[in-house]
Amino acid sequence: MSDFTMPSLGADMDEGTLLEWLVKPGDAVRKGDILAVVDTSKAAVEVESFADGVVDRLVVEPGTRVPVGAVLATLGEPETAAAGEPVPVPAPAEAPAPAAPAEAPVATPGERPAGHPARREPAHRRVPPGLRVSSPSVRREAERLGLDLATITGTGRGGAITRADVSRAAAHPEPAPRRVTPYARALADQLGVDLQRVPTTGRGPVRAADVRAAAAAAPSEPAPAAEPAPGAERVPAAAGEDRRAAMRHQIATVMARSKREIPHYYLTATVDLGRAVAWMRERNRDLPVAERLVPAALLLKATALAAARVPELNGFWVDDAFRPGAGVHVGVAVSLRGGGLVAPALHDADRLDVVALMAGMRDLVTRARAGRLHRAELSDPTLTVTNLGDQGVESVHGVIYPPQVALVGFGRVAERPWAIDGLLGVRPLTVATLAADHRATDGFTGGRFLATVDDLLQHPEDL
Amino acid sequence: MNEHDARAAVSTALLRIVPDADLEALGDDAVLRTELELDSLDFLSFVEQLSSSTGRRIEEDDYPSLRTMHSCLGFLTG
Repeated sequence: MSDFTMPSLGADMDEGTLLEWLVKPGDAVRKGDILAVVDTSKAAVEVESFADGVVDRLVVEPGTRVPVGAVLATLGEPETAAAGEPVPVPAPAEAPAPAAPAEAPVATPGERPAGHPARREPAHRRVPPGLRVSSPSVRREAERLGLDLATITGTGRGGAITRADVSRAAAHPEPAPRRVTPYARALADQLGVDLQRVPTTGRGPVRAADVRAAAAAAPSEPAPAAEPAPGAERVPAAAGEDRRAAMRHQIATVMARSKREIPHYYLTATVDLGRAVAWMRERNRDLPVAERLVPAALLLKATALAAARVPELNGFWVDDAFRPGAGVHVGVAVSLRGGGLVAPALHDADRLDVVALMAGMRDLVTRARAGRLHRAELSDPTLTVTNLGDQGVESVHGVIYPPQVALVGFGRVAERPWAIDGLLGVRPLTVATLAADHRATDGFTGGRFLATVDDLLQHPEDL
Repeated sequence: MNEHDARAAVSTALLRIVPDADLEALGDDAVLRTELELDSLDFLSFVEQLSSSTGRRIEEDDYPSLRTMHSCLGFLTG
């Protein structure tokens, strides 16, 4: 038995609203499957399961706001169903117990709430409603064949699934009802993709990436306008104003906490982007617009590589100690139209080539503005980059997003006089800044980081 | 391409990126990137849209010609 709880999607989140269930009692789920969509002040977020199991009970109804750590659903263990005889199963929970926000356990950020080991429920409650219990050998057979018992019609006593049922199901697989994430559904609608014909990449629900792949595979679509433009998808109007106010409140809370708790130090380095810009222009020439790079992609890649080489700046300050990040997940600060800011993670940015990184960045920005991000994107950033230079400022001395320990900023790329080999030339320059947590590192380390960024940008072809 | 079609193409491309933009109030000489707060990714999307709707190749060297509505029209009708 395990609990599926309201996750913490960052230091600033203390509650969230359950928007939609993508599973029902009796569904077998695997670790990583998306179970629900949760609304935070930043975005509607798809939340996955942290364990294998069978959905036992949906505790919280859609539309309910609960604190972080509150139990949303209970999962039975995949093998806990009693062996042998069919067991009378109580009707699916008639009235889901209302969430009790005040009493629900609240997890501190970064800490996954443990289940409730004290309250073991009686065995029969652990049988997911709707699932006829079958003998262990039948279950093993189904498992061997990769069949989900919940999708098989039982013809045995009391509706139990027999070996023959399993064989029949293996021979004539019934199409399981498709689970589709809300974003994927909206995207399919927008792109005119038939969801029934979208191949999925795994056992989980149909995701946006699957829809995009299907759309790309069917170029017969006559309207080129079907491609969603960044910003074209908006946060549902009803949620817009509320979310904006909630986001402002959270930014206020987190930034105040950052300035109160984190002793920032700031370093600046002017970086000559002559080589990087020349290399990029050469590469972009003759390429279709969709495949062109922008300087931000090179800056992001250089930052990610530098973070991998100076890992002291890539991670979190928790409980008076530095904890290095598992991987370099660069938070990309995205300003939202109409106000607000969100910095979702580009996972393993140091290991993406610049083309993949560019694509990932565009996708992330589009989804951030559409208010559709994945849980891990909000909770995982190990270091944040802000590229306000795109809006014309010369440099940005950022405020660290706790519990991260560093924030990297880039100013505008502008042509300026610059001395090279004793001569004055005109070069495209940018001002790179680092705001870092003095508890975790000293200026020497920060300096090494900026020097590494500079060095990497002098060899753009290796990025 | 005549000016009417060019204006429609530019407006459509911009509105896909900034759906609530009031382009008429903006005027033809407003600097689009600044006024509409387009970052480099937005601008790339704008160029992509414009290129596909007009069937015209747009190189990076042409970007300065896409500064204002006025200069966009000049570029597309020229």
